[in-house]
Amino acid sequence: MSDAAVARKIPTIGAVAWLRANLFGSWVSTAITLALGYIVLRVGIAFVDWAFVNAIWHVPYSKTGIAETAVCQNTKGTGACWAVIVDKYRLILFGRFPYDEQWRPAVVIVLFVALFALSTIRAVWRKGTTARWVQRVALAGAGLIVLDNAVDLLLIVASVGFGVHISDPLAPVLEMLNTIGKCGLVFGLLLLWPAIGVWVATLAVIFMLMSGGILGLSVVPVDYWGGLPITLILATFGLAFAFPLAVLVALGRRSTQMPAVKTLCVVYVELIRGVPLISVLFMASVMFPLFMPPGINIDKLLRAQIAVILFAAAYLAEVVRGGLQALPKGQTEAADALGLTYWQKTGFIILPQALRLVIPPLVNTFIGFFKDTSLVLIIGIFDLLTMGKVALSDPPWQSFSTEVYVFLAFIYILFCYGMSRYSRGLERELNSARGR
Amino acid sequence: MSASASAIELVKVNKWFGALHVLRDIDLTVATGEKVVVCGPSGSGKSTMIRCINRLETHQEGHIFVDGTELTDDLRALDTIRREVGMVFQSFNLFPHLTILENCTLAPIWVRKMPKAEAEALAMSYLERVKIPEQAAKYPGQLSGGQQQRVAIARALCMRPKIMLFDEPTSALDPEMIKEVLDTMISLAESGMTMVCVTHEMGFARQVADRVVFMDRGEIVESGPPRRMFEAPETDRLKLFLSQILRGD
Repeated sequence: MSDAAVARKIPTIGAVAWLRANLFGSWVSTAITLALGYIVLRVGIAFVDWAFVNAIWHVPYSKTGIAETAVCQNTKGTGACWAVIVDKYRLILFGRFPYDEQWRPAVVIVLFVALFALSTIRAVWRKGTTARWVQRVALAGAGLIVLDNAVDLLLIVASVGFGVHISDPLAPVLEMLNTIGKCGLVFGLLLLWPAIGVWVATLAVIFMLMSGGILGLSVVPVDYWGGLPITLILATFGLAFAFPLAVLVALGRRSTQMPAVKTLCVVYVELIRGVPLISVLFMASVMFPLFMPPGINIDKLLRAQIAVILFAAAYLAEVVRGGLQALPKGQTEAADALGLTYWQKTGFIILPQALRLVIPPLVNTFIGFFKDTSLVLIIGIFDLLTMGKVALSDPPWQSFSTEVYVFLAFIYILFCYGMSRYSRGLERELNSARGR
Repeated sequence: MSASASAIELVKVNKWFGALHVLRDIDLTVATGEKVVVCGPSGSGKSTMIRCINRLETHQEGHIFVDGTELTDDLRALDTIRREVGMVFQSFNLFPHLTILENCTLAPIWVRKMPKAEAEALAMSYLERVKIPEQAAKYPGQLSGGQQQRVAIARALCMRPKIMLFDEPTSALDPEMIKEVLDTMISLAESGMTMVCVTHEMGFARQVADRVVFMDRGEIVESGPPRRMFEAPETDRLKLFLSQILRGD
């Protein structure tokens, strides 16, 4: 005991000192350290043996191209059969996307990762120029897009609702204006708010790569999309749209001036929270089309996407509301006393502080939903996890589910751990900036 | 109403918190350039009254005129009034996520639509006036309480208000920091600002107040020049209050 006490009093630095202070401070902690160390070592060695030392990376193929997995069957339990991943990784990652075109989902995955990496740099989120003409270009672009879509919608309503079929002679012109509008909007956003511009542009490129139909890319229907891009699309679009919606719902739920809005927000949150995600997905895939007029067909992935957005928004709204409630009332009063309008007060004073407070639970929910996107397998959308199951349905590989699931878990961990690391860094940075 | 002659006018103002009658028939007129100190025991409604003047609290009966405009549910009138009335709180209420300079420039830029450079120059001039220009780049959490309260005064002044309201500005401060805040308020009073201060600092009241208003249980019990109020109180309630305050000193 006395030795340990002396050791703790010696103010030293370095690895040995740290070990003495934290792991071998007393005989109890020494015993715990040794016991846990033994377990970690045993499990670690067993895993390394299984995953690397005894692992089999390739198996021979028969003349008909069927994998001969007898070698793997023999080492089962002692060594991993990574040959299943080598054989199936393209199916798992890219789904049933046409084999020769699979470079497109591959680029999409790289784009997603690059987009996430770029977004972690805080400087990217600074505001760009404030030039009036750039604002006008962006607004005009948005206007053209709205114009084209409004005309399309009118024509659909006319044909579906009233049976009037109008062939629009201006359609090609409107289509062209729409394209010009999109270019203008992206250009304007890139200059005004670079981060948002990069996001919109990248997501547009991702959509073009996946669906094709322009620049000589062959058209690939949504039914053939699958694997990791589906997971990333559902999670990224889901959270990117759910988050702003959640902020609005949280603000609405705290509104004192507009009881109708408040009631609507309460009903929305409680309704969505009251049902499982699976049932919302079922609603989106099975029930929703029944209510649509014939002739209108909203694609299944889009319906699932909207379901994920609505579901995630309800949960995120409660997290955001927690942050709003934690803010001292004095902050609102000071902003009011200075004459700031509601939106100025909310944007400059309330949200920046409230969101900072809830970074941990917010990221917790983000990570949860990243994984929950795998539930779309229920309605026949082939996300990463579903593709793992599909790969396992191939007879020669049927008994190697451990390897496939370890591989899938590894991919999920990469993304989730990335999010968690980023949130910790963000918290540290924001707190140190305030001198705390 | 001849409200334009006076900066603030309260006519028969009543307010309830649920069943609790917190303001009873308050009549108070503050002339332009006048300095009024409001005192009274805790729970007497003095903070509520001052908060009604820029409508952080709403009154249920009576009329309040500020700078000639009546306070109603009309939001545009409210915006105008809040632009002209600065407020300093007991707990400072600086925005912790913004620097001192940003705290001061936010409202001038967004409410007064002032160009950023101009707003920053203005903020620096007021920070110099409250004697902390060197702290401009720091965050509120890095400043002492007295410094924070002086920043809060500078922040309110940056809107170039016609009227300043102080809600117990020194109550949350350590004794050694009270003087620096009071000195700032005294120099502001000397510049001719219309001021309404809720405070227990009787020395300050003696030095700058044109009038002291004593409130108890939601009503104005007695008011008059500080010397008369402190040396020859007419009501028993004020006598009792003064004896408690002075014993406390």
